[in-house]
Amino acid sequence: MIVRILAEGQWEVGEDRLDGLNRLDDALEAAVEAGDRETFSQSLDALLAAVRAEGTPVPDDSLVASDLVLPPADATLDEVRELLGDDGLIPG
Amino acid sequence: MSLMKRISLIFRAKADKALDRAEDPRETLDYSYKRQLELLTKVRRGVADVATSRKRVELQAAQLQQQSDKLTEQAQKALSMGREDLAREALTRKSALTGQMSDLQAQHAQLQGEEEKLTLASQRLQAKVESFRTQKETIKAKYTAAEAQTRINEAFSGISEEMGDVGMAVQRAEDKTAQMQARAGAIDELIASGALDDASSINRGDDISRELEAMSSQSDVESELAALKAGTNGGAGQQALEAGDTTPPATQVGEARKEGEPS
Repeated sequence: MIVRILAEGQWEVGEDRLDGLNRLDDALEAAVEAGDRETFSQSLDALLAAVRAEGTPVPDDSLVASDLVLPPADATLDEVRELLGDDGLIPG
Repeated sequence: MSLMKRISLIFRAKADKALDRAEDPRETLDYSYKRQLELLTKVRRGVADVATSRKRVELQAAQLQQQSDKLTEQAQKALSMGREDLAREALTRKSALTGQMSDLQAQHAQLQGEEEKLTLASQRLQAKVESFRTQKETIKAKYTAAEAQTRINEAFSGISEEMGDVGMAVQRAEDKTAQMQARAGAIDELIASGALDDASSINRGDDISRELEAMSSQSDVESELAALKAGTNGGAGQQALEAGDTTPPATQVGEARKEGEPS
């Protein structure tokens, strides 16, 4: 499974890790919905750290699409909300 | 649906929409490659812009540091002349600068972070663009339009995702830099207004320097006056000695000022 952390790159993560990532993702989602900034940044850090620790970096010259896309490490709660909304974040 | 999945779907849909597909997929390859090169230029320009902002912040921090050192020196002089009020004023101004300086340090760290991120993004994109170019040439040489379609899907989604990511990173870096430039502009104005003296105006002197200088000449006058009085009135001898005591620090101040002046 290929996971992209925006502004950072892609990792190949074993399917067996998905459950663990999903649990971290649930915590992040709850924080976004609750608008809890502190829990949000902690959960985001934890999720991204898990991807980096458990995944293998995809080589720079590899052209593969990701199965999952995660917000950049320094994303704010508002930015993630914007990412989920429909405000043309991708230029062009 | 999980947050990761929602973000992934939205991101991919947008990246895909950003690709203008031509009727002949081989044409789309060329067009996309052109766009990739444009984006590569853009991200490199982004790196240069962030570096320029970082250097500006460094320059400002150096100016504020110089000003802060000068205020410390002034506080010491003022105190040695028994003017605690003036020393307090100098230290109050210095503490206002300290706030500005830690703000600048935070900005500097942030800009440095953006610069590193964009540099890495540009390296990644460059590697991917190069890889895309190779695949593109192979596909164009080997396959008909119909066959090419299936071959290029993977390469396309891979590169379009990268382009979406890099485009977003450049946008974020630009936004952050723009915010900081507004603040940097405010500090430049502050320096220019003379509220903070910059290095070039040390010779002109600020109000604290002027007062310290006035005090030096005042104390010269006092000691000379006391000496004159001592000549005409025996009882004033002790007073002359006391007045004389204030002269050496005043002289030191004068010398220190000369040393502090840039050549």
